[in-house]
Amino acid sequence: MIHFNKETFEKTLSEGKLMMVDFWAEWCGPCQMLGPVIESLAEQYEGKAVIGKVNTDEEGELTMRFGVANIPTVIFFKDGKEIDRKVGVMPPNAYIQVLEQNQ
Amino acid sequence: MSYDIIVLGSGPAGLAAAIAARGRDKSVLVIGNPWQDSPLAKAERVDNYPGLPGRTGLELLEELFRHAEALGTEFVTGKALSLLAWNGFSLTVGSQVYQGRALILAPGVVRAAKYPGEAEYLGRGVSYCATCDGMLYRNRPVTVVGLAPDAPQEANYLRSLGCQVVYVSPRQPQGLDETIPYVKAGKLAIKGEQTVTGLEADGALLPCAGVFILRRVVAPVDLLPTLATEEGVIKVDRRMASNIPGVFAAGDCTGGPLQVSKAVGEGHVAALSACEYLDANP
Repeated sequence: MIHFNKETFEKTLSEGKLMMVDFWAEWCGPCQMLGPVIESLAEQYEGKAVIGKVNTDEEGELTMRFGVANIPTVIFFKDGKEIDRKVGVMPPNAYIQVLEQNQ
Repeated sequence: MSYDIIVLGSGPAGLAAAIAARGRDKSVLVIGNPWQDSPLAKAERVDNYPGLPGRTGLELLEELFRHAEALGTEFVTGKALSLLAWNGFSLTVGSQVYQGRALILAPGVVRAAKYPGEAEYLGRGVSYCATCDGMLYRNRPVTVVGLAPDAPQEANYLRSLGCQVVYVSPRQPQGLDETIPYVKAGKLAIKGEQTVTGLEADGALLPCAGVFILRRVVAPVDLLPTLATEEGVIKVDRRMASNIPGVFAAGDCTGGPLQVSKAVGEGHVAALSACEYLDANP
């Protein structure tokens, strides 16, 4: 699993692959709870999707740019564009569904 | 922190469930508002609880609470804000995460009704979590819709982060920072374009970038989107099992009659079923 900063995010986005990005922060309980799910999906989808996290506390610019107003928010990208987003803690299947539909 | 059973709700159903589960030596955490806040506490006289006529609602609640406490039930006061069903169940209260292997829902009557615009603007200005999202609204105007006793504290917290807070609620809040303007209103609607631009409160528009809606309880269907309901109540079988394995429900949330003896009986059954479930899925 990747911890994105602005540069690594841009680089990955420009490659156009399927991406799933968890916007989170340390002070946020629901984010802590979702963390292990994101990590597990990152392992499960290795080679099929780039799964990573953006710390909203450190990456204010990315957070602003995607209008993230709640955390956790999980945003999916493909071909360099946002294709879906899930706000709040969702059942793991909700994330899996988007990953599967965009393989 | 990990428990065999997590009970959501500290009314008669939740406390009876805790008592029964402790009787089977399962570790139990009850998450809920202070037991004194149960609607039963307002009952001046309860005459239909078998064998113990003439008690006040508060007396019955206190005895149930003391019984559960004496048996070693653990309690957390607060609201479960989010839930994850994955390797058991995880719940958050504030910034704490609690884990359980089985779950008993006993939140009482919870209206899942939302304000106009609320669902539409979730993620675009509507938030349920001041501690999670407050930082994202620093130096910006927000309104807090205070529907819970601890909502003023959350509003004060947002103010301390540097949010420009206006507090809206139908009743005068207790403990609100004096520098926070209070607007008395009950009929609310969230307004916006791409994102939230204001809250309409009894017809007057309060411009803001964020609306924090702080309810007493999060509705079970909002915690568990796949939970089956029927006519607004949780669908259960005779074992008080819901459609989700490991999730049971008891009390007013499963429908009428809204009476203590029914809630207590269901809580008891739900706990025994949860214990059976745990024993079958070690």
